[in-house]
Amino acid sequence: MSVLYLLITFSLLIAGGFLIAFLWAVHNGQFDDRHTPSIRMLIDESENNKKEEEEN
Amino acid sequence: MALETFSYDNRIVRNFALATAFWGVVGMIVGLLIAFQMYLPSLNFGIPYTTFSRLRPVHTNAVIFAFVGNGIFMGVYYSLQRLCKARIFNDILSKLHFWGWQIIILSAALSLPLGYTLSKEYAELEWPIDVLIAVVWIIFGTNMIGTIIKRRERHMYVAIWFYIATFFTVTILHVVNSLDLPVNLLKSYPIYAGVQDALVQWWYGHNAVAFFLTTPYLGLMYYFLPKAANRPIYSYRLSIVHFWALIFIYIWAGPHHLLYTALPDWAQSLGTVFSIMLIAPSWGGMLNGLLTLRGAWDRVREDPILKFMVVAVTAYGMSTFEGPMLSIKSINALSHYTDWTIAHVHVGALGWNGLLTFGILYWLIPRLYGIKLHSVKLANYHFWIATLGIVFYAIPLYWAGITQGLMWKEFTTDGFLQYPLFLETVLQIVPMYVMRSIGGTIYIIGILFMTYNLYRTIRSGKLVTEEQVQAPAIEVAAFKDEKFSWHHRWLESRPVQFIILATIAVLIGGIIELIPTFLIKTNISTLTAVKPYSPLELEGRDIYIREGCYTCHSQMVRPFRSETERYGEYSKAGEFIYDHPFQWGSKRTGPDVHRVGGKYPDAWHYNHMVEPESMSPGSIMPQYPWLAKNQLDLSNTAVKIRIMQQLGVPYPKDFDQIAVNKLKEQAGQISKSLTEAGIDAQSNTELIAMIAYLQRLGTDIKGISKAPK
Repeated sequence: MSVLYLLITFSLLIAGGFLIAFLWAVHNGQFDDRHTPSIRMLIDESENNKKEEEEN
Repeated sequence: MALETFSYDNRIVRNFALATAFWGVVGMIVGLLIAFQMYLPSLNFGIPYTTFSRLRPVHTNAVIFAFVGNGIFMGVYYSLQRLCKARIFNDILSKLHFWGWQIIILSAALSLPLGYTLSKEYAELEWPIDVLIAVVWIIFGTNMIGTIIKRRERHMYVAIWFYIATFFTVTILHVVNSLDLPVNLLKSYPIYAGVQDALVQWWYGHNAVAFFLTTPYLGLMYYFLPKAANRPIYSYRLSIVHFWALIFIYIWAGPHHLLYTALPDWAQSLGTVFSIMLIAPSWGGMLNGLLTLRGAWDRVREDPILKFMVVAVTAYGMSTFEGPMLSIKSINALSHYTDWTIAHVHVGALGWNGLLTFGILYWLIPRLYGIKLHSVKLANYHFWIATLGIVFYAIPLYWAGITQGLMWKEFTTDGFLQYPLFLETVLQIVPMYVMRSIGGTIYIIGILFMTYNLYRTIRSGKLVTEEQVQAPAIEVAAFKDEKFSWHHRWLESRPVQFIILATIAVLIGGIIELIPTFLIKTNISTLTAVKPYSPLELEGRDIYIREGCYTCHSQMVRPFRSETERYGEYSKAGEFIYDHPFQWGSKRTGPDVHRVGGKYPDAWHYNHMVEPESMSPGSIMPQYPWLAKNQLDLSNTAVKIRIMQQLGVPYPKDFDQIAVNKLKEQAGQISKSLTEAGIDAQSNTELIAMIAYLQRLGTDIKGISKAPK
């Protein structure tokens, strides 16, 4: 069943990758603001949407 | 701050959107055809290429990789540009990605009916296509990460995290599970055997569900649901917490596909524990989606797009509740190998992936074409039809699964099997198969409505290929931090490249050099009675794989009294060490065949393969008459033996040179026994090889009932 060790290694590698990404994200301040990103994504700057908003 | 003017590439989004709708229709129609074949096997029209066992992988691959795959790319290419406030990284890569992916789908649609398959579920495609998948997937990743790097928005919205996790994990899963030694351009053997192959496969298989059908679609939900509702997500904090929890837990849940098999117990328990834990992050996502609509339910009443999304998220919640439940061993003992699993995955696929895709298409296409949807009313009809279709699909199959599972386990008061004839338990649920196909028909009528609706919308609008946008450049100062030295800063600011480079390094160095040899050494038999397949049996096994027998027959007798009474001694890990690939299967539409060897005479198998109903009246197994006509191809036998030797199968030295003679000798014996039974059979046909394989199955340890583990 040596393949178990292989899979556990790869799973740990994936988890480790996630961990690095997570630590980076925290350190980078990605999660400091837990409110405005959810609102900001609603706003698009394109010409189309401006027209659409004017219509509404 | 200076505003930069740039444009979003909408054409690539449109292309993926059309491909999504197109392959959705194709994949589901193939699904409908095989649903009918479940009770009308003659609907293969007597053609090998349209037989259930070959079409089933076409259906699963088409729905997962063609329909949902294109859906992912459509959603990612649209949302990533807007979330990053940047045009997609490279237009040429976009084109390569799009056409590369369609070529992969076409080659799958051709090669699978032709019988070129690895027989590992959702990873059936032969090695040249696997290589192409890896290349195109990396192109997608490059394009995505390139866009993220040149983003004009410092913060990465939560959907982007889901996309990154998808790319990163699927890359590793695909590479690890697809390691094969080629026999020729169209045939290869996995480097893993038996239990090891099964474990790698279901580590992949489960995570394919997790990181292809779930995480990218959650990312899409986090973008398109708030957009469609025009309200922020209920809790951004929850979205972050459940994202990290989900991806950390998901990768360990794979073994729940192998409960009560020959996999070591501790690995099974590990899978169960993590599967049950998964309910928390999964429901975090569901609740976050549903609660986004709090106070806006009046809009849900009117807007078909929101309706699609609400039911999609609810279906996600139901299947992620059911998943952990099915991972509990006592429930799995009943549900596994039955139609319960099929019902479960279709709540996920039709409900979660299907309805969310439809909602996104209805939202996206009018926006790409700068026009309103052709008919909101028709979309509303589609919603109700689709929902009804799912209900009519799932309920009969739950019913069928539980009924059959209980019948398999039922004993009389005297201690005999109540239903010793497997066929009896099948005939009992045939009416459910009929109802399921009606449910599927209803669902497909809905998607045809959508196709028409979108077609009319596209016809009356005009594609806005380049959407002009203005956004300020990102302040570079934000990345500068004097505390770190330059190389530290380089890594810090490029975590994704860093991870990918590290992964590639590990993959190349580790996998190709070390792992095959390391695994082969441990493939040495623990059961001395277990011997390699004879050349004829090996060729027969490859025909078993080509025809896709594993789609309906398992080769794994679980250690239950109901199974040992029905099939014989339960399966042991050591019996599978020469199985490249493993053939445990995941569904018993027909009985388990691991102990079928020696159970019936050769003539029975001959007649049964040519016309199953001649041996089991009422059988729903398709006929395989071409096996009795096709000549067995011997041109690769020697190469196959050599490849097996490389994989550690202990054939004697220079066995490849006498393999064909040995094969003919054994074929002669079988054809002689058939002649004695009054069947005029050529000894050089494929069916002879198939009979040799079936008669060998599970016989090695017969008579050694107390075999060591």
